[in-house]
Amino acid sequence: MSEFSSPQEPAGVSSSDLFLGFLKVGVSGFGGVMPFARRMLVEERHWMTEREFTELLSLSQFLPGPNIINMSIIVGSRYQGPLGSLAACLGLMLMPFLIVLALAALYARFDALSAVRDATAAVSSAATGLVVAMGLKMARPLAGTAWQVAIVVLGFVALALLRVPLLWALAVLAPLAVACAWWTRR
Amino acid sequence: MRLVDAAMIPPVLVELAQQFGALSFLTIGGVNAIIPEIHRRVVDIEHWLTDVEFAQAFAISQASPGPNMLIVSVIGWKVYGFLGALVATVAICLPTSVFTYAVSHVWNRFRDAPLRAAIQRGLAPVTVGLVLASGYVLARSADETWVAYAITAVTAVLALATRVHPLWFLVTAAALGAFGVH
Repeated sequence: MSEFSSPQEPAGVSSSDLFLGFLKVGVSGFGGVMPFARRMLVEERHWMTEREFTELLSLSQFLPGPNIINMSIIVGSRYQGPLGSLAACLGLMLMPFLIVLALAALYARFDALSAVRDATAAVSSAATGLVVAMGLKMARPLAGTAWQVAIVVLGFVALALLRVPLLWALAVLAPLAVACAWWTRR
Repeated sequence: MRLVDAAMIPPVLVELAQQFGALSFLTIGGVNAIIPEIHRRVVDIEHWLTDVEFAQAFAISQASPGPNMLIVSVIGWKVYGFLGALVATVAICLPTSVFTYAVSHVWNRFRDAPLRAAIQRGLAPVTVGLVLASGYVLARSADETWVAYAITAVTAVLALATRVHPLWFLVTAAALGAFGVH
């Protein structure tokens, strides 16, 4: 098949290794876990090469679902099958899930304090800025291709301005975009 | 499933599972891309959260470590406590995880297929359009004053122009907000 089925040390990674490795990734990343996943998989634990990681990332991004969760599923399955996927995914999600609920509970308690309320509102404004920046960064490499720019604009208008349900927008835009990519392939 | 629903499970948990389960396969490129759709379902259709609460849930999820899909956990928590959080999180993760598990084994066999390249190249601008729409919808629901819009704009520009760790923007904004700049 591919590199995925011939890892460097196929026998070396247990389900508890997967759980602990992804547990660490889960608590490390603020606003983006992927750089920490790369560090853990490639540099610290040597579970895969740089090239394998790049392929893994493109597959995780392409598949529906949160990228980092897809990545944990694929890495887990590579070493330990379904149990490995479960261990990696649980490891990844456990601490962030508990921490976010603790924060939500704290917030609900201190909501009445205007300082807490205003701080949260400001964080939400800044976090929105980060989303805008991420969208623009991702848009940069597409700027030279007319049909790609058109798809970006169509998607933005449909979802942001017209508030079309996502499923309808995707049902039109995705096949259209893939067809454009197919016609312009080299 | 129907029989069990009727007897034991609170209807709102079933609703949560349905709403987020239906979103699972739409999260191409991550949860930030489907913020407008989550907003539409959770605020406009179900009225589980107000606009302000939605913005707060987003802020809380951004202030936590880990995957950015945690906004779903916070929404679940607001609707039905810990159980709601668990149901919403599992509902949005499970369908795509099972799919990923199945597909990852097949996909690598077609690494060099032209159709695979076309799909990847085609979906890139779709994802970008979704993320930019998310930024717009979030700004409309989170930013109520011109200072708030300014914080969003300055953060976006600095995040684009510098390599400062994203957390610093959130910490700075929290400090500004706490000291009454808003």
